[in-house]
Amino acid sequence: MSLWRQSLEIARIDLVVERRIGDTFRIILPFAVIALMIFSLAFGFDITSSGDAGPGVFWAIAILFGMQIALRSSALETESRRDLTTLLGLDPAARFLGRSISAAILLAGFTLVLFVAMLLLYSPELPGAWAGPLALALILTTIGLALLSTLAGEVTSGLRNRTALASLIVAPLVIPLVVGASQVLEAMERSSGILLWVLLLTTTDLVLLVAGVGLSRPLEEAAR
Amino acid sequence: MAPLVELKSAGVSLGRHPIIDDVSFSIEAGETIGVIGPNGSGKTTLLRVVATLIRPTSGGGAVLGRNLLSPRIREVRPEIGLVSHHPALLPELTVKENLTHFTNLTGDQSGGIDQALVVVGMSDARSRLVSACSYGMQRRLEVAWLLMAKPKVLLLDEAKSGLDVSAQGLIDALVELTVSRGGAVISVSHDSGQLGGTAFTRILGLEHGRLQVVE
Repeated sequence: MSLWRQSLEIARIDLVVERRIGDTFRIILPFAVIALMIFSLAFGFDITSSGDAGPGVFWAIAILFGMQIALRSSALETESRRDLTTLLGLDPAARFLGRSISAAILLAGFTLVLFVAMLLLYSPELPGAWAGPLALALILTTIGLALLSTLAGEVTSGLRNRTALASLIVAPLVIPLVVGASQVLEAMERSSGILLWVLLLTTTDLVLLVAGVGLSRPLEEAAR
Repeated sequence: MAPLVELKSAGVSLGRHPIIDDVSFSIEAGETIGVIGPNGSGKTTLLRVVATLIRPTSGGGAVLGRNLLSPRIREVRPEIGLVSHHPALLPELTVKENLTHFTNLTGDQSGGIDQALVVVGMSDARSRLVSACSYGMQRRLEVAWLLMAKPKVLLLDEAKSGLDVSAQGLIDALVELTVSRGGAVISVSHDSGQLGGTAFTRILGLEHGRLQVVE
């Protein structure tokens, strides 16, 4: 069976499981929206009314809560479940790609709803023609976060406290994504080009993709 | 003809503590081996080595002609069937969705899901979530998959534990089917009574990680 077909099957099942469990949209998303509100209360209503902090708070919450969404698939995996897919002949690269695809889809939906919530809560003044560049930044950031979190999940597979360990791995490595994503809007406000930041996000995604696919087989061997 | 499974002085250690030590045996096509040992004697570890899920830390061996230490061992994994302590299923999916998922991953286009569910007596439960199935039903579902997968090496880890007589009969039927196709079976248990129902070629004892021939 081809790598691509196995990847799509893993992604499909991951999304079916998520639809039934509902972690992302029934638990994490409402909590993230509450976090948006808590930030506005913690900093005072002046910030909310000026809207300056809105995009920054949005990216911080999107990344932090997004990590939990992207790591949930690895966290659900038991040893017997991993054994099963291993014995079914699942290519570890397909496991990585499939989980990244499903995580990216969930993250895209999550960040979109969270962004709308931020617009309603903070009413930020966005630069003209922001939708296209922001959509691009959202897509590249969610792909990067999905790839990074899935890779961290694979690295920590089989370890005790793997969810906490994976978060520790993701947190520092997510910096290029945070910088790239937040600077796209900043650059638009300054009327400077966004190409540099889009390139940063794209390069980060490509590096993570190559690393994830390339490391998946050695990681599975090392875990034996 | 090369044996289907061969271990040569294989050992697995956790730090300095040996789980299994200096284990050697081979299994030809059509053979069934029973392994009896008390809890903690290394039975599950032994099966996981043969299943290629654990790499021996000393010695070596081969399964279906592939060296256990080689990364190419992954090529033979779809021909190994394992029934472990805990049913390896996706609880959030239905009975039929589990089997469909397995066939999608392996690329098995032969069909036969409905037929396999009839054989194990679960055709009425095909739309039930696995999380809502009893332990015995989950075991039946595993047997249904193995009937479809037709593994060449079948590994049973306390497979009959907690099962009623008819479900135990399904395990016996799976063993007979595997052997009749020229496969090999290893069944481990702490209870010799649970190895009943199968005509074993050999029965081995495992104590403190070391194998002894019982009969």
